[in-house]
Amino acid sequence: MSKNADVIIIGSGIIGNSIAYHLVQQGLKVMVLERDNIGDGASSRNGAGVRLSGRVSPESDLAEDAVRNYWPTLSEELGLDLEYERRGGLNLAFTNAHKSGLEKALKKSHAAGVNAEIISGDEARKICPHVSEIVTNALWCPDDGVANPMLATLGYYRMAKKMGVHYITGEDVISIKKFRGRARQVITSRGNVYEADKIILAAGFNSRRIAETVGLHLPFLKRIDECIITEPMPKMFSERITTADGNLYLHQTKHGSFIIGGNTNLERYEKNYDAKPQNTTVAAADKARLAMKYIPALAEAKIVRQWAGWLDSCVDRLPILQENPEVPGLVLACGFSGHGFAIAPSVGKVVSEIALGQEPHIDVSALSYDRFKAKGVGTIESV
Amino acid sequence: MNKYMDRNRSLGEFVHGEDDDIIICRCEEITKGEIRRAVHEGMMTMTEVKRYLRAGMGLCQGNTCGKLIKGIIARELEISASQIEECTARGPARPVEINVLGNEVESNE
Repeated sequence: MSKNADVIIIGSGIIGNSIAYHLVQQGLKVMVLERDNIGDGASSRNGAGVRLSGRVSPESDLAEDAVRNYWPTLSEELGLDLEYERRGGLNLAFTNAHKSGLEKALKKSHAAGVNAEIISGDEARKICPHVSEIVTNALWCPDDGVANPMLATLGYYRMAKKMGVHYITGEDVISIKKFRGRARQVITSRGNVYEADKIILAAGFNSRRIAETVGLHLPFLKRIDECIITEPMPKMFSERITTADGNLYLHQTKHGSFIIGGNTNLERYEKNYDAKPQNTTVAAADKARLAMKYIPALAEAKIVRQWAGWLDSCVDRLPILQENPEVPGLVLACGFSGHGFAIAPSVGKVVSEIALGQEPHIDVSALSYDRFKAKGVGTIESV
Repeated sequence: MNKYMDRNRSLGEFVHGEDDDIIICRCEEITKGEIRRAVHEGMMTMTEVKRYLRAGMGLCQGNTCGKLIKGIIARELEISASQIEECTARGPARPVEINVLGNEVESNE
């Protein structure tokens, strides 16, 4: 078996698979190395939202591109029903503090050119009759949607593989090695050495450990993300529900289950690479209480499953998308901070353009590795 | 970490089997043929088959069909079932209503 390729992608999450899919279309020989199952990180432990709202530039530009130009036709393109639907998002509020949160979110949405408006509680209940009477205001974002992240990840994988991308799983990358100043080799824990002209690092939080082997320090921690899932139920409503305080999100999937997640504000942050994503004791009860508070009709729904996963939480909650000038040949595509799923189709295209040395079709220069500066940088006056 | 697996290895042409219509995952009504075909499409671990087909995601959470699915995948890959890793077991052990899960009360002490 050949261990050489034009491009090696480390990580088979939706980001790595989408990049592979876009690169193989350009006639390149592409390999993907994965430590675990296909898409084992945040691609499968995922709240399934495809939202335009609540993002800042240039992440909002990627979301806009993904929602306008990719998601509507992606099921057809990959030959698999990815359950993408533009359903509208309701961000619910019932206190003044919440309401000022909505106003901030509205400003952010309008700055990013996203269609959004603040409506009254009664108007929100007209859109979704199950919304609780306690809700006084909501931010309505008609272009927000949902999709199935597991199927989207596996759909990209299946198509990329069919088109000739070489996938190897059970290969844990431990280091990247430079030759003549360029990233050239990928070394795995089995002692296998792979070689390519371009290496793309899309390994979620583990990108941090791998990048350290070429002297790059990625400012990520991993943060736990937890959800509870109900049994399939008759269709209740289609909107994606979120709350102004960020503590709850939920929607009913095409299959009928509700997926319910959100912050507990007691999240575990880890820097231990091998720590397993185990559910905390507080999250399931917390999600259950909040779900009943905002959607009282869910009180009798039965929870069949809970899951936990790690997010690669970057210090400014934005990804790094760049061929690194300090390590030519190494392209970074990591640090998505839990926002990566919806933008993956567009990110795949952008990173493929970066890897090919082309001008990306969306300006992502603000997502460079050198944007992280200590506070004391600059003259004394500017500090 | 999973076993090393070159996903490009050929499994040969998919041949329809006589018992492909048997339902294996009863909760989600997934047949043997669907599982076999998923393996041929690249879903080569129990976790990937579960995410792809929902086999094992229903009310019983794979307690009924897990062993059968493992056997089908092993036969399709021509490896021993003992080499196949099982899916993560997830709580709760039985379905629990939201109002039961969320009924903790704050102590007044």
